[in-house]
Amino acid sequence: MAHGAGGTASRRLVERCLPHLGGTALAELGDAGLVERAAGARVGAAPLVLTTDAFVVRPLRFGGGSIGSLAVHGTLNDLAAAGARPLALTASFVLEEGLELATFEAEVAALGEAARRCDVEVVAADTKVVERGHADGLFIATTGLGAVVARPAPSPRRMAPGDRVLVSGPVADHGIAVLLARGELHLDAEVHSDSASLWPAAEALIEACGPGLRTMRDATRGGVATVLCELAGAAGLEVELDEAAVPLRGPTRGACELLGLDPLYVANEGCLVAVVAAASADAALAALHATEVGREAAVVGEVTAGDRGRVVGRTAFGGRRVLDLLAGDPLPRIC
Amino acid sequence: MCLGVPGRIIELDAATATARVDVLGATREVSVLLVADEVSEGDWVVVHVGFAIGRVDEDEARRTLDLLGDALAAEAAELEAERALEERADG
Amino acid sequence: MAESLRFADEYRDPAAARVVARRLEDLAPRAADRLGHEGPGAIRVMEVCGGHTHAIFRHGLRAHVPDLVRFVHGPGCPVCVLPMGRIDDAVWLAQQPAVTLATYGDVLRVPGSDGSLAEARARGADVRVVYSPLDAVRLALEHPDRQVVFLAIGFETTAPATAVAVRRAAESRLTNFSVLCHHVLVVPPVEALLGDGDVAVDALIGPGHVSAVIGCRPYGPVAERFGVPIVVAGFEPLDLLAALELVLTQLAQGRAEVENQYGRLVPWEPNPVAAELLADVFAVRDRTAWRGLGEIERSGAGLSERYRHLDAEARWELPGGSPADPRACRCGDVLRGAIDPPECRVFGTACTPEHPIGACMVSSEGACAAWFAHAGPEPVELGRTR
Repeated sequence: MAHGAGGTASRRLVERCLPHLGGTALAELGDAGLVERAAGARVGAAPLVLTTDAFVVRPLRFGGGSIGSLAVHGTLNDLAAAGARPLALTASFVLEEGLELATFEAEVAALGEAARRCDVEVVAADTKVVERGHADGLFIATTGLGAVVARPAPSPRRMAPGDRVLVSGPVADHGIAVLLARGELHLDAEVHSDSASLWPAAEALIEACGPGLRTMRDATRGGVATVLCELAGAAGLEVELDEAAVPLRGPTRGACELLGLDPLYVANEGCLVAVVAAASADAALAALHATEVGREAAVVGEVTAGDRGRVVGRTAFGGRRVLDLLAGDPLPRIC
Repeated sequence: MCLGVPGRIIELDAATATARVDVLGATREVSVLLVADEVSEGDWVVVHVGFAIGRVDEDEARRTLDLLGDALAAEAAELEAERALEERADG
Repeated sequence: MAESLRFADEYRDPAAARVVARRLEDLAPRAADRLGHEGPGAIRVMEVCGGHTHAIFRHGLRAHVPDLVRFVHGPGCPVCVLPMGRIDDAVWLAQQPAVTLATYGDVLRVPGSDGSLAEARARGADVRVVYSPLDAVRLALEHPDRQVVFLAIGFETTAPATAVAVRRAAESRLTNFSVLCHHVLVVPPVEALLGDGDVAVDALIGPGHVSAVIGCRPYGPVAERFGVPIVVAGFEPLDLLAALELVLTQLAQGRAEVENQYGRLVPWEPNPVAAELLADVFAVRDRTAWRGLGEIERSGAGLSERYRHLDAEARWELPGGSPADPRACRCGDVLRGAIDPPECRVFGTACTPEHPIGACMVSSEGACAAWFAHAGPEPVELGRTR
């Protein structure tokens, strides 16, 4: 299960198996591959990107969303992070034998509703049924097609020392919402998943910053810390994070404190991490604040020189700690 | 063994020695068996593995912070005095 | 960030820390003189509790503490001191038919001879993470077809919770609940370490939450016998700095007494309800194995005779082995404060949080995990704030 958690084991899995698929687009290890590299395709002047994703969540419904809407938002967010306007979506449903038809229908409806709200069309779909015990109820695999409108295309290689790191909103809400929905830890809190489309935030940044926008990632499993580790690693630079600046809602923090979870490593589904030139930081923040999904955005760190690919968190007290890729799932602890 | 979080008792059921404890809006049912005689609604406790292991003595807490506050104030006064001296020396 | 966490955030004020740090700078030379030691690390202060080790690194406290003071990391990490054989017992149990092994999250990834509980789960064993021992009892009530075994670890802080769970299971006449008990006591290993003379320690920072249960009184004989000041401290950075100030003051004055910095929570006397629970539910074992420290007399507890019917060791024939730690593993030396993690050959190379060899790297309280998180695989001087 550690291989799914977004940390070092996930990365090893990807690094080991990716070469079988060949190609330079995949080699970048970003979430959306430039179709242009692969097939020379463009829409007007905009290069196309394709992304693929699979959605697994237990339970299927949780505060603030369900697997259906998650599938749309997650896919669109991969496109958004690549600087791409979403064009179309496909969805493949794998159902576990015994799943209630009403449940399935509700999720398809949720997916359709989310797609409509995000102004993107589902152009192809498929369903398969597997034996009981093999699918946690329902899995959804998607493909997203987008047109890259950011010029130049975002990439961690464009990061430079002095750049600022922003997040679009409070962290850890999704992971906590799902934990709460499982009901195993007997915790109550008004915490809802942040599952949402980040395209409006990405678009605002693209317009406001132009080339000042270096790169973006949507923070999902593994949390904001994992994304920063990936960016620092890909850029061959270091990131310094001001932990006190990271937005975090009270009840989410309370739940994390009670369980001994580090909010920087808890999953998100509607949190954009953006790296912008220092000169663009004010404009970037203002642009995000003007969007619904980015209204609580904050500047949380800085890119610094150094080739370790390291992320250092500065705590409110002035302490510094290295934020490494997570070894496994964040676990509630007593110590 | 050490993760203990301070939270406030928002509901107390003396009969079952359980309480609902609030930590920044997240709440959990917690056993107050270990501190049953000491706590009432509104009190703060430290929670460890679903148990209140002690009541937070707010006066004692305030005292510690006041001492620190005094130290800070004394330091600020000292800095002011130094600055004043420097200005006189320059001027 | 979010709203303030009361009784925690106030003790994280960096401005106040600078004030205390200055006072520590004044006190340290006087304490060193009195001890007759000199040079960096002349004053060796052992923080007993793993939670304090974690806090020291988390908040970068070493940057606020004079060079003359060196923290010696103590054995107060209940996960770190779990002998490998215990993990093997738990893994064996988890693999028995119809058994649900309930455990705290901290233990999940600790390596046994043949893998961890997490790996056993990946191979199909029913291993569940619980937040409280009462949740394990609830599991048993909700799943009468499963044999729920709760792996009970922890010092005296956690033992009363296990005791309540055991009593509740007994009152409910549950036949599908049992406890694999590895509770340990904090004073015996500290006395063993101070007594064996191998590791020199000038003062102790006493465990905060253990003391909420046992009070401060039990440390009196230790302070007297070994002539060391013992200051019980809270877990916030200002608590630790304030405790260090009390320690250095005592050292400078040649005193060796027990003091309580964590007065807002910790009493002088033991918690009477907890004391009654512990006396009823547990019996101190003659000998208990400690990872890296060997066997220590009367340092651990098992269930008492009255609750034997809820004891997993009575219900099953456990393998009960005592495998040696992997040869490269120096957790024992780390736990005794004899070496710092980077002095272990496999630290950061073969042994990392992703593939830990020893428990000190798995537990977030372990000195190795804390050191790794603070400085990464290659120790880097992140610098002092002044």
